[in-house]
Amino acid sequence: MQISGRSWQFGDAVDTDLLAPGAYMSHSLAELSAHCLEALRPDFAGAVQDGDIILAGANFGIGSSREQAGEALRHLGIRAVVARSLGGIFQRNALNLGVPALACPDLDLGGIDEFAEAKLNVAEGILSVGGRQFTTESLPDFLLAMIADGGLIPHLKAQQSGGDQINNQNEGAT
Amino acid sequence: MPTIVEKILSRASGSNTAAHPIKQGDYLSCEVDLAMVHDSSGPRRLAPKLDALGMSLKHPEKLVVITDHYVPAHDDASREIQRFTKQWVTDQGIQNFYPEMGICHVVLPESGLLQPGMLVVGGDSHSPTGGAFGAYMFGVGATDMAGVAATGRIWVKVPKTHLVNLHGTLDQQVFAKDIILYLCGQYGMDMAGYQAIEFGGSAIAGLAMQARMTLCNMAAELGAQVGMIAPDAVTAEWLAERTTGSNMPSSLRDEIPFSALQSDPGSHDGTHFDVDLDQLAPQAAAPHSPANSTAINAHEPTKFNIAYIGACTGAKIDDLRAAAAILEGRKIADTMRLLIAPASRADIDTAADEGVMQIFEDAGAQFLPTACGMCAGYGPDRLSDGDVCISSTARNFKGRMGAPGSQVWLASPASVASAAITGILTDPREMSPEKPITSKIKQVSHADQR
Repeated sequence: MQISGRSWQFGDAVDTDLLAPGAYMSHSLAELSAHCLEALRPDFAGAVQDGDIILAGANFGIGSSREQAGEALRHLGIRAVVARSLGGIFQRNALNLGVPALACPDLDLGGIDEFAEAKLNVAEGILSVGGRQFTTESLPDFLLAMIADGGLIPHLKAQQSGGDQINNQNEGAT
Repeated sequence: MPTIVEKILSRASGSNTAAHPIKQGDYLSCEVDLAMVHDSSGPRRLAPKLDALGMSLKHPEKLVVITDHYVPAHDDASREIQRFTKQWVTDQGIQNFYPEMGICHVVLPESGLLQPGMLVVGGDSHSPTGGAFGAYMFGVGATDMAGVAATGRIWVKVPKTHLVNLHGTLDQQVFAKDIILYLCGQYGMDMAGYQAIEFGGSAIAGLAMQARMTLCNMAAELGAQVGMIAPDAVTAEWLAERTTGSNMPSSLRDEIPFSALQSDPGSHDGTHFDVDLDQLAPQAAAPHSPANSTAINAHEPTKFNIAYIGACTGAKIDDLRAAAAILEGRKIADTMRLLIAPASRADIDTAADEGVMQIFEDAGAQFLPTACGMCAGYGPDRLSDGDVCISSTARNFKGRMGAPGSQVWLASPASVASAAITGILTDPREMSPEKPITSKIKQVSHADQR
């Protein structure tokens, strides 16, 4: 799976309260998404385009388990997140939504322009941006298959329609 | 030589064999013993996903629904969430429903459903609280939870287990909250890297259940998937006082003796951290991160206008007692509002019986409903731009408790109560009857506001 897009750059500790502010958690996804990251970058929700990628520092998505943090990003068009490190629950949520979120401990955006075209090879774990290459973590096959299906729900659905007996949402796990 | 974490995952996955013992980094498919959701993460999010799958709850008896986020409902959207939650719970035949009885992480163990050795998922990030009871409990989002609801299983990557070795004795007015804030300040919010943290050492035996809950609760703020404390006599006594009821999903007490839920000597494969409780001073975290923690006396003088005692982290009965010990016979400062949202109805009852609620009222506190309240920032009780709040909660991210221009400091309930009286950041040890705090107030009352 290869994803290419414009890259947004964020620093450390972009938390879930910034991504999905509590005051809008009872609103529709469209309304909530309009406030995504507004306390950090008021221009983000309006300017982000379908197919964009987020590159970030340490601890992207720390905090709450609210899946709306990843859902808002996906709704706005973000197709991948690569960060030096990720909040663990955020990462699970993003993968379950079919959005690759990968840790890349060596990511160094120094000298790389924001909005530079970024390419992410999810299966091989390689990010190319600004003429440089970084190695991301690699995901096991069962998660790659889930992402390829568009997330956990379509993945389970596919298993179901394929006639598999669903008793194990991660058949690839040992 | 497994850790307690590996022992629980071995049982839950059923995949550990002598020939192929589970090891760190393995992806396991685990049977979920218990799944907890609240009104925000629960029915309103699960129902459409189950509908999309055309599947129903595999184990309704293992699902626990506790309403606490949109409590009390305050607008059309939150009223609809509560209405739908109750209807869905009824339609699904869910027995383990705890409506508006308190915060999920406190109500769940009070229910007696949570048992040592279980693998538990919670639809909330402070789910590591369950580790205080020797359960492998971690927070998940709505799609993971829908997968559990439909299949009864979830994948887990076997974590490393970091060991936090606690030794020595806590000083008067120093609490578990101060231990965990100290760790946040020393090692940051990625200390655990989504691995497990076991709290151990000679001081654990002396920590009451609710102190252990506070430690494991904020393992989330150290970036852990789970916090863990091996069950012992304190755990056993606590559990014995809770009836488990006939709808208990599976009693593990006979199946897994506590002796089988201990980490083998030398088994911790993560980093070892050492905390000398004798040296620990009351801590506070400056805005906007728990990682901005250091000793209260090492911070700049700071004035507040709101003190908040609430949350699963900081408004359990022991937390309320600690705050009341400070507030007894005193009044809050004219510059302050003190807002208190006890963590559960059971805690309110106990606090009322003990006179704790009366102490709060006499001191000038206002009560908020027993619910997540301002900590989640979901409801009408919020901070405004310009508010500077000291709070017993777990997180002080920008805007979490209200307006992005508000500032939140984190501290123990005793330290929050102390600040409510003085109006400034105050070491609660200064509040003891033998050491009146008047000199300190004078000393900083003209200092620049941070």
